[in-house]
Amino acid sequence: MKKDIILAGVGGQGILSIAAVIGYTALEQGMFLKQSEVHGMSQRGGDVMSNLRISHNEIASDLIPFGQADIIIAVEPLESLRYLPYLSKDGWLISSSTPFNNIPNYPDIEEVLNAVRGIPHHLLLDADTMAKEAGSVKAANIVILGASAPFLGMDFELLENAIRVIFGKKGDRVVDLNLNALKAGKEFAELHQKN
Amino acid sequence: MQKLLLLGDEAIAQGALDAGLSGIYAYPGTPSTEITEFVQKSKYASEQGIHSQWSSNEKTAMETALGMSYAGKRAMVCMKHVGLNVAADPFVNSAITGANGGLIVVSADDPSMHSSQNEQDSRFFGKFALMPILEPSNQQEAYDMVHYGFDLSEKYLIPVLMRITTRMAHSRAGVVRREVRKQNEAHLPSDLRQFVLLPAIARRRYKHLLSNYPHFVAESEKSPFNQYIDGHDKSRGIIVCGLAYNYLMENYPDREVPHPVVRIGQYPLPKNMIEKLVDACDEILVVEDGYPMVEELLKGYLGVGLTVKGRLDGTIPRDGELNPNILAAALGLEDTFGLPIPSLVVGRPPMLCSGCPHIDSYGALNEALSMLAKGRVFSDIGCYTLGALHPYEAINSCVDMGASITMAKGAADAGMIPAVAVIGDSTFTHSGMTGLLDAVVENSPITVLILDNATTAMTGGQDSAAMGRIEDICKGLGVEEDHIRVVRPLKKNHDEFVRILEEELAYQGVSVIIPRRECIVAIDKRMRDKFKNKKTATT
Repeated sequence: MKKDIILAGVGGQGILSIAAVIGYTALEQGMFLKQSEVHGMSQRGGDVMSNLRISHNEIASDLIPFGQADIIIAVEPLESLRYLPYLSKDGWLISSSTPFNNIPNYPDIEEVLNAVRGIPHHLLLDADTMAKEAGSVKAANIVILGASAPFLGMDFELLENAIRVIFGKKGDRVVDLNLNALKAGKEFAELHQKN
Repeated sequence: MQKLLLLGDEAIAQGALDAGLSGIYAYPGTPSTEITEFVQKSKYASEQGIHSQWSSNEKTAMETALGMSYAGKRAMVCMKHVGLNVAADPFVNSAITGANGGLIVVSADDPSMHSSQNEQDSRFFGKFALMPILEPSNQQEAYDMVHYGFDLSEKYLIPVLMRITTRMAHSRAGVVRREVRKQNEAHLPSDLRQFVLLPAIARRRYKHLLSNYPHFVAESEKSPFNQYIDGHDKSRGIIVCGLAYNYLMENYPDREVPHPVVRIGQYPLPKNMIEKLVDACDEILVVEDGYPMVEELLKGYLGVGLTVKGRLDGTIPRDGELNPNILAAALGLEDTFGLPIPSLVVGRPPMLCSGCPHIDSYGALNEALSMLAKGRVFSDIGCYTLGALHPYEAINSCVDMGASITMAKGAADAGMIPAVAVIGDSTFTHSGMTGLLDAVVENSPITVLILDNATTAMTGGQDSAAMGRIEDICKGLGVEEDHIRVVRPLKKNHDEFVRILEEELAYQGVSVIIPRRECIVAIDKRMRDKFKNKKTATT
């Protein structure tokens, strides 16, 4: 099994936490992993992306080739569109519908969402509201991760366990709300992934 | 042994710790910063007394590391590629002096300029200095090469350059550690004049270096990081350097390349290996991140004789980072592409954080300069370089560390009065101080803003050597006390700030204005750490 995943968002939205949970789960299963990140200046409110590759076989390139990503996981809808050249023919795009509007020329949000709806395999969810219901808007990234869970080919329990390990230091409350967020995302995906 | 998930930078740091490092020296610079930070955070390093504090700039870092090597211990010095320009003098001369304790210089190149002002290729510096160069293709190699590099360095008493790129530095993968080696005992060089580059000695040392060079080539021939991999289709031979090997392999899912391949991870180039490839194949494709160094070498200036393909003939784009798709196109394989980016997608450039003190500084500066002709603000390297963008559009230059003050002086010399320099606190102590001295010596009519946010912000908030010292440094350099002005850049102080600027712009001599307010990201981080420590203390 191999999964090539593009993680997309704006600096500070927590895409590296998503990567950490998937990465931990992959390693627990004895998989290989390569993950390329963006550091430095681009983080200052700019767009950020990460290439996350997991596989049972050894991985060659740190970068996913264009047209070969299995999943784009985006915590922001405009950012989800920026990496479409990477998406494979049968690939899934999972994105939050909440815009992060820190630029003066942010396009009309309905047009952005319609563009996402035009992708053959997509899931668009109001991760912010779902995260709030789960306990904190800060867990929106984990809601998106949960919605991606059915496409990752990993046992959901292993993802839950990774959440417990990675957020464990922050206390039970943070662990629980992230577990709730993960579950909410997964349930949404199971309801809506038929398209 | 334990398998760790490490960034390339972290693999190098872990490699150094396990290979008996005694000190790491560096100035922060993306994408090299995390090497030193890893050592700073290492409990093992602090227990073992391994030096890891930041240096003022790459030159002082290089020289200090050379001093540690002189004293017989293993040292590493890390920088981004343009930092090697700053360290060039000691770097090039260190090949002549040679090393005593193992010495590795890590230079992190930035093809595609993810966060740099150029994409220069550090391998040229290594070649120029006649130093062996190591270039890893994955995190495990990055780790292993540190052990190997220290051994090579101590075998020939020569510093070794390790060249990485952004992709290598900031990509994570599993790394298996080796056993931990002890630090060296301090010991003097066997020849106490080895490091004295008086012409008579330097000539001897240079001959020694030249005589060692064929040995460096021989080491490359047998290096575990250089490899000849045979293939049945001899219509083309392929040379891949560093990460290019991965992009090549990505295009062959069974990892079987039909063409003969020479994989390079150590320089100078293994001559026999390349000769064998050239003899066997009709043409050579060279794939390297950065400049076409190997390609140029093989092709020669006139490009007669050998058919060499690569960046120079357009088989591969002349600039920018490599990727698997570029290789697919170069190899004539089927390329893949997803969907086009919809036209409504606009750029999201980095910007100054909301609440950043630089915003207030540029607001005041723009107002104070509004009555003067535009185009007189010289700036520098840091977060404040974003002041070039909308809505500030406040600065007119960003060239290299420290160039703001000296360029302002040059413009003032040309009659542009007043000329303004905008520089950060850490950049000022990196390379701004000597330029300020030049201005003081001639009492040039320039106004220098030293934006003091109490940290090296752009690279993630490292300690600044300027902390608490700026006024004393300026006074010491001879700036008149009356013309060293400190202001707190806040909205409520805007009018006062503008007034101070207007007064100093009118002064026909050197003025220094210090807008001082801590970086808001640094405050946030400090508060979180404080909270965390408090929590640990109570539990």
